[in-house]
Amino acid sequence: MRTSLGFLLVAIILGLFGDFEITTVDPWIEIKRMALGSITPDFQATEDLLTAVINTISFAILGVALGNALGFPLALVFKFRIIRVFCAFIRSVHELFWALIFLQIFGLTSLTGILAIAIPYAGIFAKVYSEILEESNQAPLQAVPSGTSNISIFMFVRMPDAWVHFKTYALYRLECGLRSSAVLGFVGLPTIGFHLESAFSQGKYSEVAALLIIFYVVIAAIRMWVHVRLVPLYIILALLFIPWAGEFTINNAVRFFTFDILPYPLRVAESFDMATLSALGAWLATIWTEQAFPGIISTIILTQVALVGTAALTLVFFPLISTKFFNVFGRSTGHLFLVILRSTPEYVLALIFLLLWGPSMLPAAVALAFHNGAIIGHLMGRYTDDMVLRPDSPKGLNLYSYDILPRIYPQFLAFLFYRWEVIMRETAILGILGIATLGFYIDSAFADLRFDRALFLIIITAILNICIDSLSSYIRRRLRLRTTVELT
Amino acid sequence: MSFLELKNATVSYSGTQVLNDLSLKIERGEKIALVGQSGAGKSTLLNLLYQKCKNDAALVPQDLGLVSSLTVFHNVYMGQLNQRPTWYNIANLLKPLQKEVDQISPILYQLGLEEKIFEPIRELSGGQQQRTAVARAMYRNSSTFFGDEPVSAVDDHQSHKVLEAISISHETVILSMHDMRLALKYSSRVIGLMDGKLVMNEPSGNLKAADLDHLYKH
Repeated sequence: MRTSLGFLLVAIILGLFGDFEITTVDPWIEIKRMALGSITPDFQATEDLLTAVINTISFAILGVALGNALGFPLALVFKFRIIRVFCAFIRSVHELFWALIFLQIFGLTSLTGILAIAIPYAGIFAKVYSEILEESNQAPLQAVPSGTSNISIFMFVRMPDAWVHFKTYALYRLECGLRSSAVLGFVGLPTIGFHLESAFSQGKYSEVAALLIIFYVVIAAIRMWVHVRLVPLYIILALLFIPWAGEFTINNAVRFFTFDILPYPLRVAESFDMATLSALGAWLATIWTEQAFPGIISTIILTQVALVGTAALTLVFFPLISTKFFNVFGRSTGHLFLVILRSTPEYVLALIFLLLWGPSMLPAAVALAFHNGAIIGHLMGRYTDDMVLRPDSPKGLNLYSYDILPRIYPQFLAFLFYRWEVIMRETAILGILGIATLGFYIDSAFADLRFDRALFLIIITAILNICIDSLSSYIRRRLRLRTTVELT
Repeated sequence: MSFLELKNATVSYSGTQVLNDLSLKIERGEKIALVGQSGAGKSTLLNLLYQKCKNDAALVPQDLGLVSSLTVFHNVYMGQLNQRPTWYNIANLLKPLQKEVDQISPILYQLGLEEKIFEPIRELSGGQQQRTAVARAMYRNSSTFFGDEPVSAVDDHQSHKVLEAISISHETVILSMHDMRLALKYSSRVIGLMDGKLVMNEPSGNLKAADLDHLYKH
């Protein structure tokens, strides 16, 4: 309880310093137009609509598959510190930042899209898979005859039980992959984000509605169309479908690594001497005071406000789908509401609120709180379904406050802390929409072709993320919070 | 030199003494029943003896050590995992090879499990799981068999079948038991433990079930 109040207080104080305001003159006009659009979806709007949807699915499947293929071997050697640090680093950089980096190397090609998903996901898979393997039942080891090869032991003793968890987790990740893939369209890849961006900017809300509805259907039906046996087929189809043409040249890539990302003073220096070193120092100092530091501050403010907002909304959302509070009809409505909030990428959600309220931290915080609140609310709701109540338990609000809430509170905190780092990663990325978090400076650096700055800021962002991640696991350990691995 | 010998063995876990100055000899060909209250040190003694000859011994541990998502067939096959090349093991994991099925089926038949051969362990009852662990141990084809209460969840009729099968196919058998009638019937010697001390060491022929009662009054 003390922890929660502490976080609430921090958020309120930070909120006072943050820039939370509505800057549009009359948000109601835009709301009306959006509402009208959402009830008149226009499925014929773009001819490329189907292509965009299939591209979105293809990038997601290939990215998640490659992420698995890279992440699984890493999971096996996860006990080495260097591997853990490496994985923590690659997963602390958001897919969109990876996409911006790969864009410079591979251009606007499919490879950029696939790698942007695969690389951070590999880091996540490595961590989660190693946790699953660690938790596998060790008892059978005792009965394995001595002299059995390690591979045989691994395949017979550890894999079978872990396999089920691997499948569940990979499916959940594919759902995330679809969202990531959709958002990659905003940097120019041919997924639905590309069409969403142009539709949004032209105010064609019927087209937006059509794209989002198709996207929800694809995600909602994921259990129907994804099956382990079909995955190889999907991979082949996806490889055949996505465009492979591109302007990739090896020179570009070499140039990027050996020249573009070098800090500017090093690039122009003729020799490495004291003058270069002091120029480098000045370069770092400028970026730090002008961009990195303000970026870090606003990223932290937004993250903390969004975290507390997520907590508040979770507490409102979870009863909506719980058998303890609503009948079938009420719950179905609740489910639909939460599914829509969950499936809409936070980036798109933020864009919608941004159009309504103008640029400030407000739309970003609200979008993050709604999206993450829906995710945790969904998990909490399902969790309460398994709870057994005493026969004379109270009903309604009394049940909520005296029975359910106190019992689920530790679980609730555990989920929130898990989500903390995710929220921070998303906060950084929302900078691309114009809110002055780290992502804003990174995006501008890319736009100005100052890749050295961009890379420096990305590394800062990654370090910030890793700090939050360790802080969160420290607090979880302190409070002895445990949860399943299913949501990183 | 005896087949297995303990001299003044003392074992303690986190300060609590589980075996106290225990000396014991076991010869090849003996069928030993370990009896005593739970907590008397039977499992510890059994594991201690097993460690001494684990290269040619099969073990049914108390928690069975089965892989719950694999089938009965695969769990039994694990008894000979060290006998085959790794690629062969993996091939057999992906698709049961007929040759292996033919070898494992007779053992399952002896234990009344032949119909369950391709069912995953988690679908089985406690007794069926226990018999699977026994089948895995038998499939090792070792000369010595260790079992930690291997029939505690198996019904009376099946228990006789299982103990019979274990007895016939192994030269030396060491079982911890809680059913006195079964212990006497399938052993040549009874070793009784109380509070980690050896309190009985008699040929089974000299004993009646009632003689073992005092081990359990505490």
